[in-house]
Amino acid sequence: MDLSLKVWRQASTNEEGEFKTYQAKNVSPEASFLEMLDEVNEDLNAAGEDPIAFEHDCREGICGACGVMINGNPHGPQSGTATCQLHMRKFEDGDSITIEPWRATAFPVLKDLIVDRSPFDRIMEAGGYISVNTGAAPDANIIPIPKWAAEASMDAASCIGCAACVAACPNSAGNLFTAAKTQHLSLLPQGQPERYLRAAAMVETMEQYFGSCRNYGECEKACPKNISIDFIAMMNKDYVRAQFKNMERLGQK
Amino acid sequence: MVTESESSTYALDAKIPEGPIQDQWDQHKFSTPLVNPANKRKYEIIVIGTGLAGASAAASFGELGYNVKVFTYHDSPRRAHSIAAQGGINAAKNYPNDGDSIFRLFYDTVKGGDYRSRESNVYRLAQVANEIIDQTTAQGIPYAREYGGLLDNRSFGGAQVSRTFYARGQTGQQLLLGAYQALARQIDAGTVEYYNRSEMLEVVIKDGHAVGVIIRDLVSGEVTSHSAHVVVLATGGYSNVFFLSTNAMACNGSAVWRAYRKGAFFANPAFTQIHPTCIPAADEHQSKLTLMSESLRNDGRIWVPTTPGDTRPANDIPDEERDYYLERMYPAFGNLVPRDVASRAAMRMLDEDRGVGPLRNGVYLDFKSAIGRLGQPKIEERYGNLFEMYERITDENPYEVPMRIYPAPHYTMGGLWVDYNLMTTIPGLYAIGEANFSDHGANRLGASALMQGLADGYFVLPYTIGGYLVDYLNVPPVSTDDPVFVEAQAAVEEQTNAFLAINGTQSVDHFHRQLGNVMIEYCGLARSSEGLETAISEIKEIRTNFWNDLRVIGTSDSLNQSLERAGRVADFLELAELMCIDALNREESCGGHFRLEHQTEDGEAQRDDVNFAYSAAWEWMGSKNSPLLHKEYLEFEYVALSQRSYK
Repeated sequence: MDLSLKVWRQASTNEEGEFKTYQAKNVSPEASFLEMLDEVNEDLNAAGEDPIAFEHDCREGICGACGVMINGNPHGPQSGTATCQLHMRKFEDGDSITIEPWRATAFPVLKDLIVDRSPFDRIMEAGGYISVNTGAAPDANIIPIPKWAAEASMDAASCIGCAACVAACPNSAGNLFTAAKTQHLSLLPQGQPERYLRAAAMVETMEQYFGSCRNYGECEKACPKNISIDFIAMMNKDYVRAQFKNMERLGQK
Repeated sequence: MVTESESSTYALDAKIPEGPIQDQWDQHKFSTPLVNPANKRKYEIIVIGTGLAGASAAASFGELGYNVKVFTYHDSPRRAHSIAAQGGINAAKNYPNDGDSIFRLFYDTVKGGDYRSRESNVYRLAQVANEIIDQTTAQGIPYAREYGGLLDNRSFGGAQVSRTFYARGQTGQQLLLGAYQALARQIDAGTVEYYNRSEMLEVVIKDGHAVGVIIRDLVSGEVTSHSAHVVVLATGGYSNVFFLSTNAMACNGSAVWRAYRKGAFFANPAFTQIHPTCIPAADEHQSKLTLMSESLRNDGRIWVPTTPGDTRPANDIPDEERDYYLERMYPAFGNLVPRDVASRAAMRMLDEDRGVGPLRNGVYLDFKSAIGRLGQPKIEERYGNLFEMYERITDENPYEVPMRIYPAPHYTMGGLWVDYNLMTTIPGLYAIGEANFSDHGANRLGASALMQGLADGYFVLPYTIGGYLVDYLNVPPVSTDDPVFVEAQAAVEEQTNAFLAINGTQSVDHFHRQLGNVMIEYCGLARSSEGLETAISEIKEIRTNFWNDLRVIGTSDSLNQSLERAGRVADFLELAELMCIDALNREESCGGHFRLEHQTEDGEAQRDDVNFAYSAAWEWMGSKNSPLLHKEYLEFEYVALSQRSYK
């Protein structure tokens, strides 16, 4: 198939960007979206033009490195699918495709389609862990965990940190990511001792970078791992309770 | 021309502790000098890589109080390719009450490695495996559980017990997130200084010791020097030398190759694992291959049509015209034979013209009988995400038509030679995880990579590193103003600019694909002396063309992905040759290394324990000379050498 691509090109964070149009010829329907871009880049290289920079790594939908806006949808038209798992058979011959980086103030463009998602790491550093030093653990079977709890925790923990949720949100909120991360641990017995400290620390760090959640639900729709916005509700509940539960914070400004 | 090490002055000392194997690790921990807690903050440690091994090591060092600097070329530690491991992690907990023990895990791993690993290291691995399960559970890894709330297990290739812990088909993801979270905690605590989008391009050596690294910032292109008392490489394997592999696109061998060129010995480079259950390539533009977890072999049955050239759709072939060849050839282990055995059997089926699929390049993995036995919901619960992934890639529904699979390069057992302390032959330079060679011999068993990465990072290196550090108490790290750093940094900048200066006509991928084709053809599933000689001369030719005709657009002082790849492929073009030299030297078949000249009458690998019961550690002798071979002879005191049989 032959396609017309309108691609955002931006040399660096501080330079102005613009759309440029490229033709992708003889694209195999078996190719993945990123393999299609590889071919375009081979042509650009041969023509002496700078190839399109885009982030990608595992190409099996688990590392979360890839992700672009495809015709205005994060990761493109197929639901529950990261960009690398999207195949060209989902497009028609002659289609025109617009490809943009994630658009969010928290994620400056580094080059072309690559953005800086490090605020997610700052949220994790604020409390996205259980404080257990190496060697300090009891036997793994000492705490029975209900199967449903382990499964629900796993549903949250499936988040790949791609940031499609932020890109999809009209407010560029980071709530779905943060909720997935807090609730992965809050649903487990091991996560209880730090549950409310964690919720407060992570939510407050999140708010330093991202917009507010208005329950649009766009994030859930865009999520390649189909993570439910129910986790946002659970996180909000934890956050409210944190204001009362975190005793050392009571009565302080 | 292979040179023997008779004249070499360097004696390979694996530093294996004295005494019975069960007591060695405890004894060694006791006799290794400790660094007092107040002194730990006087030491600087550099860790390269944030996969399972690197993140777990850096976090553990931070907890102990060392000053740690950790570097990753990713945007976040969570992207490391450990994340893609699907099936699980082994440990000898014996929760299923099916006869497992530390000794059995040790035994299976040595046997599975086809008797080319070091017994003492493997025993220690089996010993600490249980602690890994405890540690990661405490971190909040949502492992699969029984209804009673206790941990569930499943079985994997090469074992007759169920010892594999798992989190759906995303065990690597969950374990990596656990290690990343532990690391994030230390970054927040200030014990670990974290650098993302930073690629290590050189190890700096002074007076024979590793004293630091040269790093290129992948966004600004800035090249900087960093010094420390020790450097730890946790940089993964080199399967991408084959171009098409299950590894992530950025996985590369550059860090270990740079270390090799600085004097670290490279052991068993030819020991590569071709994983039997990957989705076959769909066309010639494919950029990578996707693994389908080995756990699928628990419930899937592998078959091809009995008649060569049968092109009927799978569901039109009646059961009596299907050859469930693994069950036929290996009745005791059936579909759960080790990876090397399963891969070679699949290769034979294709050689007999019994391949399936549009390109006739696969075999079937069929869940029909498991769905009949357990019902579709159970299969969905076990493998749902894998089935979805398969459908997205192939547009076929594996609940209705069998999956098509074929072997693909997946893991490299070879790596930097390390002693029992995980130190390379360069004092102060350590290698952990897939980057070293130590535990898997000639073939790695499924669910053992996660085990080894975390064993090295959480439970081995934090103990052994003190033995080296004690001698450097109150000795500051070498200054980055020292000439060794200035020169190394200049050399890195020079090479980076050299790629841009070639100004030829072909892209990096062009050469990488060429190299991959040569490697899979001659140094893949089956190898021969003639083929390997051909490969060596073709690799040299590709290398010459690369340096004459490469085109990298752009500059070195900006984000330049082609430039990053050029450096990695330049190193692969050298590493590939060493792999072929090693494969040529090893005149036997063992594990993943199959020499056509050395097979039994029924086509199984024929080992030669009299002449080749050693690890081949290669020393770089300069680009004009052949590498020098050093042998670490392997002793098998606890697992008697025998012909592996899975029949």
